[in-house]
Amino acid sequence: MAHISVTVNGKVRKADVDPRMLLVHFLREHLRLTGTHIGCDTSQCGACVVLLNGLAVKSCTVFAVQASGADVMTIEGVAKNGKLHPVQEAFRDHHGLQCGFCTPGMIMTAIDMIRRKPGLNRNTIRQELEGNLCRCTGYHNIVNAIEAAAKQMAETAS
Amino acid sequence: MIPYVFTYHRAQSLEDAEAMLAGSPDAKLLAGGHSLIPAMKLRLANPAALIDISGVPELSYIREREDGIAIGAMTTHFAVMNSDLVRERIPALAHLVSEIGDPAVRHMGTIGGSVANNDPAADYPAAVLGLGATVTTTRRSIAADDFFTGMFATALEDGEIVTEILFPIPPRAGYAKFANPASRYAMAGVFAAENAAGVRVVVTGAASCVFRIPEMEAALAQSFRPEAVASISIPSGELNSDIHGSAEYRAHLVTVMAKRAVAAALETRI
Repeated sequence: MAHISVTVNGKVRKADVDPRMLLVHFLREHLRLTGTHIGCDTSQCGACVVLLNGLAVKSCTVFAVQASGADVMTIEGVAKNGKLHPVQEAFRDHHGLQCGFCTPGMIMTAIDMIRRKPGLNRNTIRQELEGNLCRCTGYHNIVNAIEAAAKQMAETAS
Repeated sequence: MIPYVFTYHRAQSLEDAEAMLAGSPDAKLLAGGHSLIPAMKLRLANPAALIDISGVPELSYIREREDGIAIGAMTTHFAVMNSDLVRERIPALAHLVSEIGDPAVRHMGTIGGSVANNDPAADYPAAVLGLGATVTTTRRSIAADDFFTGMFATALEDGEIVTEILFPIPPRAGYAKFANPASRYAMAGVFAAENAAGVRVVVTGAASCVFRIPEMEAALAQSFRPEAVASISIPSGELNSDIHGSAEYRAHLVTVMAKRAVAAALETRI
């Protein structure tokens, strides 16, 4: 067993884990944060995306021990004081989901790209979504939602 | 998917990593883990221990040197593609790195991990060989020509750790890849560069290991234009043939990608 200490959504979580436990299993099964999904389990679909020290990563391809000492944010941590994150709002407003399975990963990826890429355009959004698969929407409304959220967040910030 | 049991050790320094590696012969180094962890999950790899060197501070940097740009082995793809220095001096390298996997993969994956793993369809080996880079390890410096020895095989010895890759600045270089639509690995990728030492045309993804095409290099040395390679085709005999494409298809792709790589090199001339 390995002792780890990970800050998850602002809260320090300590645990003894088997080194082979994946970060996604630590989040879902140990912390019961089941918003992070397991889709393909082969680092292709992006349903398991979380922010690790502020950057989007696929938590099915990171061991929990690698995250010890790091800061992790999951979909459960993005709404503040009962108020949805602007990206969550935009996904609702623009019908950016149908079944919703890919949505947590899409939203974490969107938050990451909006922070890294000021002045996002639709082409860049599509490129940045390379590692997130949605089998319902055809991506159109997801791109609309991210574009609207980016615009709204830039306006709020300025 | 759950890997076999292993123990985990986090190295704080290069010295630390070397000592740990010397003490556990069945250990593997863990960098970004985006090739190793999937292989472990599929139980294709079964290391007794992982020595995590991703956080070793002295292995993560991008520096300008008199003889080129030196990149520390644990520098992530994300850092390389966004480096102003790389984008200005070797735009073809920044472009190549921006096409590896997807953003989440590039946040974790490292140059040293990719080069040491030498996946036949990886992008980095094409640039390392195409630019005539030098791979520095804890023991020696190895020219790219001597480094990549076969499928997932390199000149690295047991216990030897890649510490840095030094890329000479090419007058012009370009990379074109036909990515597998699902995995984004190269079905065929061609890196074409005019270096101080001459022209190099390197192919990745099409065979068991990166390789050069001397005939295209000779033609481009005469005239560095896409037309110079348009009528040169490579034999399909040694190329990969799988569910994604036949050897003949890959041979065709190589010529097409070579033309595009040369065209890209001409566009990005500094």
